[in-house]
Amino acid sequence: MKKAGAVFGISLGIFACCRAFAADPIVIGGKIFTESYVLGEIAAQSIEASSQVPVARKLGMGSTGILFEALKSGAIDVYPDYSGTLAEAILKRPELKSLDEIREALSGLGLTISGSLGFNDTYALAVKEEFAKQHELHSIGDLIPIESGIRAGFSYEFMDRKDGYPGLVESYHLSFNPQKISRMEHSLSYQAIDQNAIDLIDVYSTDAKIKKLHLQLLKDDHNYFPVYQAVWVARKSFVEKHPREWQTLLGFEGRISEEAMLDMNAQADIQKIAFDKIAARFLGSEAPASKGWLREVARRTREHLWLVGVSLLFSVLVGIPLGVTAVRFHAAGQAILLSSAVVQTVPSLALLCFLIPVFGVGNKPALAALCLYSLLPVVLNTFTGIRAVNPVHLENARAFGLNRRQVLFRVVLPLASPTLLAGIKTATIVSIGTATLAALVGAGGYGAPIVSGLALNDIRTILTGAIPAALMALVAHGIFELLGLVLIPAGLRRRP
Amino acid sequence: MLELQNISKTFEGRVVLDEVNLSVAKGATHALIGSSGSGKTTLLRITLGLIPFDKGYVKINDQALLSFTQVEWADRIGYVPQDGGLFPHISARNNVALIAKLRGWPKSRIDGRVEELRKVVDLDAEILTHFPREMSGGQKQRVAIMRAAMMDPAVMLLDEPMAALDPLIRRTLQQELKSIFQRLGKTVLLVTHDLGEAVYLAEQLTMLHEGKMVQTGSYRDLLLHPASPFVTQFINAQRTLSDAGEVP
Repeated sequence: MKKAGAVFGISLGIFACCRAFAADPIVIGGKIFTESYVLGEIAAQSIEASSQVPVARKLGMGSTGILFEALKSGAIDVYPDYSGTLAEAILKRPELKSLDEIREALSGLGLTISGSLGFNDTYALAVKEEFAKQHELHSIGDLIPIESGIRAGFSYEFMDRKDGYPGLVESYHLSFNPQKISRMEHSLSYQAIDQNAIDLIDVYSTDAKIKKLHLQLLKDDHNYFPVYQAVWVARKSFVEKHPREWQTLLGFEGRISEEAMLDMNAQADIQKIAFDKIAARFLGSEAPASKGWLREVARRTREHLWLVGVSLLFSVLVGIPLGVTAVRFHAAGQAILLSSAVVQTVPSLALLCFLIPVFGVGNKPALAALCLYSLLPVVLNTFTGIRAVNPVHLENARAFGLNRRQVLFRVVLPLASPTLLAGIKTATIVSIGTATLAALVGAGGYGAPIVSGLALNDIRTILTGAIPAALMALVAHGIFELLGLVLIPAGLRRRP
Repeated sequence: MLELQNISKTFEGRVVLDEVNLSVAKGATHALIGSSGSGKTTLLRITLGLIPFDKGYVKINDQALLSFTQVEWADRIGYVPQDGGLFPHISARNNVALIAKLRGWPKSRIDGRVEELRKVVDLDAEILTHFPREMSGGQKQRVAIMRAAMMDPAVMLLDEPMAALDPLIRRTLQQELKSIFQRLGKTVLLVTHDLGEAVYLAEQLTMLHEGKMVQTGSYRDLLLHPASPFVTQFINAQRTLSDAGEVP
């Protein structure tokens, strides 16, 4: 076990050296959908062009909740959002309609917003053009005659927001068959409707996929959906500290029309142009030099290895002693096993959300979540491995004159080592998979291309994250086979 | 010599051992015999210093068990568990040398002692490189004896040394064991339920029944002057069982 500790220690040291950060950059956040990526890039590049302050991008972070926590905690400085979202989801005051009212309310939280960037991106319902023709659908009200048979795929946020689904059915007196409504990740609902797996989805009105997939928007006769003016949301302290940069961003007020936004979204979603190029084209500047996919993968690999390595080191250094303690003290043992099992049942996205108020965004909450997740396999396998050691060997060892420490290190741990190592291996491989979610809180890693590929519905981009992650898991498997040869005593190994 | 005086042990309100006396002269081989539940395993564990006892004392060469730590006591009494009890994860050689290594013996001293003992138990040098799973029952038993004798203890304690072996090997190993004991010249206490084995290997027997010492003496004494009907009953039962003729 000592050898393994040294190996992890050294490799972590190497990663640590690779991670030198420039001091205090301006951090631009963004949500996990195309428009937010594009707007985030525009903000980042315009500040880079006009200011000496370095800019860091944390684009493609999870939901509104994560972004908002990140902004409050100072992990990001500014990000693009929409007036309706701010009033509904953040302030929980849907009655606030004007930007001034919203700005006033946000002020109490130490936040501020710009004026409208020039376009309204509201929720809308969409069906396929053929479907609309077949059922003579023009407005949302036309859904009533076919309401019980309709198969809908709505995003989680839409289903849960008061200005989303619940208010919609009330306003239009719709009664869909609840059995036929699926909650799904927004970007997947496009694929589902394209393959006729569902008939009706919620969309953002500037989404380029509406054109690409030949969808028809249903008119909102009741003016039910609130206005979603795009704005920059920033922390006041950022505005005070960087007034020039904030002025640069305010320069975009009224400058991005609905048409321009839809066009940029289409460039990303349909023509598969990179976000930074689209932003550069809009700003009339040269696109930043492409970093090359190899360097990009190398960077993501470093980030991913760091996440997995640290959590693994933690699970070994903490999990094994916890497992040993669990064997020695029965009551404490049950408590340890139970609590690490409970942690395992918390969905990873929810755990990340819980951890943001404590750790902010970026590496820390991601690492904390991964550490917690990798604990159970190590603790449990240490516990089971030790419990499975024949007690006769323990008594014999004492009769031969081994002291407690020697019994543990010379007899118990070596005999339990195959199970123990299997636990560490499970923790590693689960960690490699789970670490892809770290991108949602801005910790990078292989999850970053997966998340942005998901936003773009671009399988190629997703694969640039998914394939290396799978390869890393394979390599980890191989490394553990080799480690088994070193760490498992020869007498316990399978015969060749 | 090994002395157990007035050993009593109560476990959860039940008397497991009641005033047991047992004394093995230096260089002699003594057998503690009794059926399961007689308290012989408890007495063995007490003698090894693994569990506390309520009354009496255990002494080796006039030094009392209670004046030593477990680790110190272990060097005075070499233990051969049932089936040899070799650690499965290390080679036969490392099983033998483990304690000496932990005590910081230099390699040359360890090598010398291992070689010496290997000759005493008459084991192929190559077997020492094997792992327990690759060894026969007889080989394991010999390695276990080497391990017990490694620190040159005054007393050797063997728990059912033949129980797991098949009858043919048993016969051969019994003979060898006898000569190994002679060559080692140790004070030996043998714990067994098998009368034949006890009689063959030991000069003196102590019979234990329900935590009480029933009789101590030679087989002849037990046979001709049984201290209680139980002794005769026990002997007869075993003779019927082992009609193969192991009982002389």
